[in-house]
Amino acid sequence: MVSKMSSKMVGSNNLAHARRMVQQLRVEASIERIKVSKASADLMRYCGEHAKYDPLLMGIPASENPFKDKKPCIIL
Amino acid sequence: MASQEESSQPSDTLTTLKTESETLKTKLEEERAKLHDVELHQVAEKIEALGQFVIKNRRTLKGHGNKVLCMDWCKDKRRIVSSSQDGKVIVWDAFTTNKEHAVTMPCTWVMACAYAPSGCAVACGGLDNKCSVYPLSLDKNENLAAKKKSVAMHTNYLSACCFTNSDMQILTSSGDGTCALWDVESGQMLQSFHGHAADVLCLDLAPSETGNTFVSGGCDKKACVWDMRTGQCIQSFETHESDINSVRYYPSGDAFASGSDDATCRLYDLRADREVAIYSKESIIFGASSVDFSFSGRLLFGGYNDYTINVWDVLKGTRMSILFGHENRVSTLRVSPDGTAFCSGSWDNTLRIWA
Repeated sequence: MVSKMSSKMVGSNNLAHARRMVQQLRVEASIERIKVSKASADLMRYCGEHAKYDPLLMGIPASENPFKDKKPCIIL
Repeated sequence: MASQEESSQPSDTLTTLKTESETLKTKLEEERAKLHDVELHQVAEKIEALGQFVIKNRRTLKGHGNKVLCMDWCKDKRRIVSSSQDGKVIVWDAFTTNKEHAVTMPCTWVMACAYAPSGCAVACGGLDNKCSVYPLSLDKNENLAAKKKSVAMHTNYLSACCFTNSDMQILTSSGDGTCALWDVESGQMLQSFHGHAADVLCLDLAPSETGNTFVSGGCDKKACVWDMRTGQCIQSFETHESDINSVRYYPSGDAFASGSDDATCRLYDLRADREVAIYSKESIIFGASSVDFSFSGRLLFGGYNDYTINVWDVLKGTRMSILFGHENRVSTLRVSPDGTAFCSGSWDNTLRIWA
């Protein structure tokens, strides 16, 4: 914000930046976290529940995949 | 005018703040470490390995005169918008490979493009530092450029853009180190997001069920998760060793993946607040430019600067497949809305559809 800085303003600009950093770190340090084991179990469960609807994972027959049909010939 | 006493005080407070900063960082690491009871791939050992599957290059979209930099799918799962270094933005029908619309931008290096949720407009921008919206006309003869609406203004290049859940708002990221949320109709900035220390290269919006957050990645090697309403950075992750080129949410919204110039892709779980997987191999030494998940989140597709696409098992951390086809760097990659296919764009001027 301050384009011209005298030496004292540089001091207070660094100060403002440092205050923001501390503020930000306080916010980040205070969030609630869960264990990796629980988070992993949830990710795995999501994959498991949705796997059968995942065409790239399951592979779907050519008749159902519009990209797998033969490329149309265009006669000009 | 500062007196001698006043000028000594700021530096004392600065030292105090720096100490507190270091203490907080250590505390953050300790809190995260306490919950690091196991690795994702260890938990995933008990699930079945994936069988072999066949993914092939089914379509090649040719028409750009220079490097393809970005692409996005329309919600109709068949149309695609792509943008290029040559300044052109093209809308394709991916089923037939026909070009439906083409716009010439006033700048080269159109690094970002996005399809509006309604399918009736596209947004794009790049070296012009702006994000502009073009309504798509059904009339082929209509000059799309005439209806262009300038929405976002940054002070450096536009690196990414995406519509929020409606055609009315756009989220942008820029080389100026910020992200911003804009109202399309008025062009007004609704919120700005400051916190990255260098260019922001990518962003992704959380799946709508998860609420109003988005993730961004930048040249400062950081990925940040933001609250869209307050502008606050709620979580940040700094484990990559180089620029983060791409970020993408896991379909449940509880995690996101990143692709970086450090040749790795990584998975970060938001509730555990840490990195939970690294997708890397000694043989992969080129940067990952773009990543996206398959529909269930089990597969992660990564486009790399060595011209290949690697397919990773997200849970087990292993590489399932390498896809060859592009003749230059893969620069952009997105899975279609229903997961039937994915599209990659490259510096070889083409886009390819894989299914």
